[in-house]
Amino acid sequence: MSYIGQFRVWRGDSNGGSLEDFEVEVNEGEVILDVIHRLQATQAPDLAVRWNCKAGKCGSCSAEINGKPRLMCMTRMSTFSEGETITITPMRAFTVVRDLVTDVSYNYEKARQVPSFQPPEGLAPGEYRMQQVDVERSQEFRKCIECFLCQNTCHVVRDHEENKPAFSGPRFLMRIAELEMHPLDTADRRDMAQDEHGLGYCNITKCCTEVCPEGIHITDNALIPMKERVAGRRYDPVVWLGNKLFRRNRS
Amino acid sequence: MTEVERHNYDVVVIGAGGAGLRAAIEARERGLRTAVVCKSLFGKAHTVMAEGGCAASMGNVNSNDNWQVHFRDTMRGGKFLNNWRMAELHAKEAPDRVWELETYGALFDRTPDGKISQRNFGGHTYPRLAHVGDRTGLELIRTMQQKIVSLQQEDYAETGDYEAKLKVFAECTITELLTDDSSGAISGAFGYWRESGRFVLFEAPAVVMATGGIGKSFKVTSNSWEYTGDGHALALRAGATLINMEFVQFHPTGMVWPPSVKGILVTEGVRGDGGVLKNSEGKRFMFDYVPDVFKGQYAETPEEADRWYTDQENNRRTPDLLPRDEVARAINSEVKEGRGSPHGGVFLDIASRMSAEEIKRRLPSMYHQFKELADVDITKEPMEVGPTCHYVMGGIEVDPDSAQSVVPGLFAAGECSGGMHGSNRLGGNSLSDLLVFGRRAGQGAADYVAGLDRRPVVLQSDVDAAARMALLPFDPPESGEPENPYTLHQDLQQTMNDLVGIIRKADEIEQALERLAELKTRMRRVVVEGHRQYNPGWHLAIDLRNMFMVSEAVAKAALMRTESRGGHTRDDYPQLDAEWRKTLLVCSATDDDELVPGIKVERKEQEPMRQDLFELFDVEELSKYYTEEELAAHPDYQSLAAKGNAEAGKEEA
Ligand SMILES: Cc1cc2nc3c(=O)[nH]c(=O)nc-3n(C[C@H](O)[C@H](O)[C@H](O)COP(=O)(O)OP(=O)(O)OC[C@H]3O[C@@H](n4cnc5c(N)ncnc54)[C@H](O)[C@@H]3O)c2cc1C
Ligand code: SF4
Ligand code: SF4
Ligand code: FES
Repeated sequence: MSYIGQFRVWRGDSNGGSLEDFEVEVNEGEVILDVIHRLQATQAPDLAVRWNCKAGKCGSCSAEINGKPRLMCMTRMSTFSEGETITITPMRAFTVVRDLVTDVSYNYEKARQVPSFQPPEGLAPGEYRMQQVDVERSQEFRKCIECFLCQNTCHVVRDHEENKPAFSGPRFLMRIAELEMHPLDTADRRDMAQDEHGLGYCNITKCCTEVCPEGIHITDNALIPMKERVAGRRYDPVVWLGNKLFRRNRS
Repeated sequence: MTEVERHNYDVVVIGAGGAGLRAAIEARERGLRTAVVCKSLFGKAHTVMAEGGCAASMGNVNSNDNWQVHFRDTMRGGKFLNNWRMAELHAKEAPDRVWELETYGALFDRTPDGKISQRNFGGHTYPRLAHVGDRTGLELIRTMQQKIVSLQQEDYAETGDYEAKLKVFAECTITELLTDDSSGAISGAFGYWRESGRFVLFEAPAVVMATGGIGKSFKVTSNSWEYTGDGHALALRAGATLINMEFVQFHPTGMVWPPSVKGILVTEGVRGDGGVLKNSEGKRFMFDYVPDVFKGQYAETPEEADRWYTDQENNRRTPDLLPRDEVARAINSEVKEGRGSPHGGVFLDIASRMSAEEIKRRLPSMYHQFKELADVDITKEPMEVGPTCHYVMGGIEVDPDSAQSVVPGLFAAGECSGGMHGSNRLGGNSLSDLLVFGRRAGQGAADYVAGLDRRPVVLQSDVDAAARMALLPFDPPESGEPENPYTLHQDLQQTMNDLVGIIRKADEIEQALERLAELKTRMRRVVVEGHRQYNPGWHLAIDLRNMFMVSEAVAKAALMRTESRGGHTRDDYPQLDAEWRKTLLVCSATDDDELVPGIKVERKEQEPMRQDLFELFDVEELSKYYTEEELAAHPDYQSLAAKGNAEAGKEEA
């Protein structure tokens, strides 16, 4: 049941690198990450790779396998034929640190720019009441393991480094949607989604949704509703007026 | 002189799991300049993997629950070896800590009346675990990660710098703690950036250790590469003590097949929600394994057990939900006696007990995990499961209230601290432990720093020594076979798994200690290839130092404790021994060896439980664990003694 598989792994750093060929033993039931580990233990001890849980829970082991953005720990060898050469490369949208490890700091910077949850004033801890149906919408987005595969895939930044400052990517547009749909959040991030996080760049191609290992419906459940909310706010005179009055009352 | 990047903080939190993040939040809210250092990316710590839930007696599902019941369950689960003060604080404060998370934005699953829902788990009398499906740890980590971001946003608004008061140093590994020459107090921490391999020095009067567990010393484990016992070993080398190291929890249900995923966890939530264990004959074998100390507390027939899921007032719970140590041993015996599953485990069946929809809704990541990794559809077939090394009860000995170790300025919280869980941790009690004691450690550190009149000083010679130790693997010894760190690691794991695993014997542990000594000599010859930039071989070589120290502590303490209790089972001493209940084994480092110091183990008497807590228990129950002498302090002791005498009389008659 074991066989020798053919692998091409990208090796190098920010100055450049190349694909290297390896022959590695593959056993029944294994995933790509097992092969990478065997490679480390037997042939390339300094091969750089990120991983933690090995069960699709932490989102560390993102890479591109035959060009497809995937988690290495959830990609089973049985999905390939024995003779096939499997190519493993780092995520393309981020700068390489070394081998399969990329610099994902872009994501942490974007995360920091989304205003945090703002609870209602005067509601004491322990007094929060929410219905399951109401929390479920945001809960879907909170399944996100921050593998950043969607960020890596979205065409807005995949080959357009220049868009990065203006576009936060599906993960963080979804984070805004998550907060907007939180039953108790009191902040309004709609303008910001459009003006500062680049919601308008998204043309709902759904590529992000396709690669999400958590199966989150990023486009349908987060991005499109978010676009609708922004549109509603911008063009609906009733909403506009309501907001104005509300603000005036508060100040 | 070593080239290092220097930073100055009031407190350095080592670890960004639940404990570390909660400590950092507290320290920053108390006004301290705080650094959080972690080996992985921010948000990836082990806590992210926790599935089942977080125990807190909020009483949302069963209003009979309260802190006293939780306290009793925790002490029972730990077979009364727990530090009772920690167990008390934990039970009392857990609900507040969970509610607090909601103010940070957490979204737990709800009850019909809109409160936080709570689920059943092994050893907990009432449904007690706050949860989000089977990804509770992810919710905890993300919530606190986002809370940290929100604090940084406040600092940004005030100073124009997100990182003015709270900064995360991700992919940065601490290899040594530094102490002041004259006072022995913490003066800083030394480490390296994983990315560049460059050294970094944190000068700080307080360090909170929150590095998690030690599972990577064992072959079959649910733990990730991070669990190399760094906090345990660093603390030892800085002069701190560890307790309870002989107690290692083997979770009863890890995956057993395919081989590459062996050990990956199957959450106890499966059993909490109705899943049952069966052997190859289809028998629900747990009914045969209820130990004497729990007799009467668990259902005796499958019918009663099944009724319990819907009517808990009139039925007793299923023995599938006995504490983990009991279930793990039961599975071990079934397999040994030839009633195991094809791949050497037993069956865990949820498919025949719940609709497919229900399973997918309640246990989505388990469904996903088996489907993706084992080609098993858990809505149709049973899972195959067996014990896996999961959690270490042992850890840094701390003061329960302040979380300070015996080294001034060194605090510890979470899995790397010891005492709270005694000889066995109940499921769900770790996440709550992280919150309660993470916060307390942050507080303890803040109070300590406020009380200092002078900052402890980092010695350049200590920095140089730490750098030299870290670079040793690039500097091959003149003679002897060069060692591959991966091979050495595998040999260590095999040794611990085979000889100091779930069932232990004196001669095997002795053999393990011999092998460890031998492996330690090979440690000196470890050589790594390549350079310092993101080099996993080098990282492993550094972590190995810590794994060796921790493994020796586990083995030595396991050899000394001649009884079976919780996560320590001695084939040659199968009984609980009341004398051992009040005895702690305290490990400290010897200074015989700079690279991997040896371990010394000493006995220490456990402080007796405060009277009001003692009286929360029935004297009859206590009599299963305590010595006669200790029991005499209980107000009902006289009547128990009288009853005992009467029964003894009857037997003679
Ligand atoms: C699969 C699984 C499921 C679980 N499910 C549950 C559950 O349902 N309920 C429950 O209560 N418990 C559960 N547990 C146990 C619980 O998750 C852990 O005990 C807990 O998360 C440990 O948290 P921690 O904060 O102590 O450490 P961790 O979350 O492990 O974090 C440790 C941190 O320390 C850092 N670190 C380590 N060494 C160094 C170093 N040398 N330098 C710098 N940083 C370092 C790491 O990078 C990491 O950030 C589960 C455990 C596992 C493995
Ligand atoms: S749907 Fe929007 S965010 Fe997603 S990949 Fe397409 S453009 Fe990018
Ligand atoms: S939304 Fe999905 S693909 Fe994107 S980071 Fe989260 S888990 Fe990964
Ligand atoms: S290692 Fe955690 S997702 Fe792959």
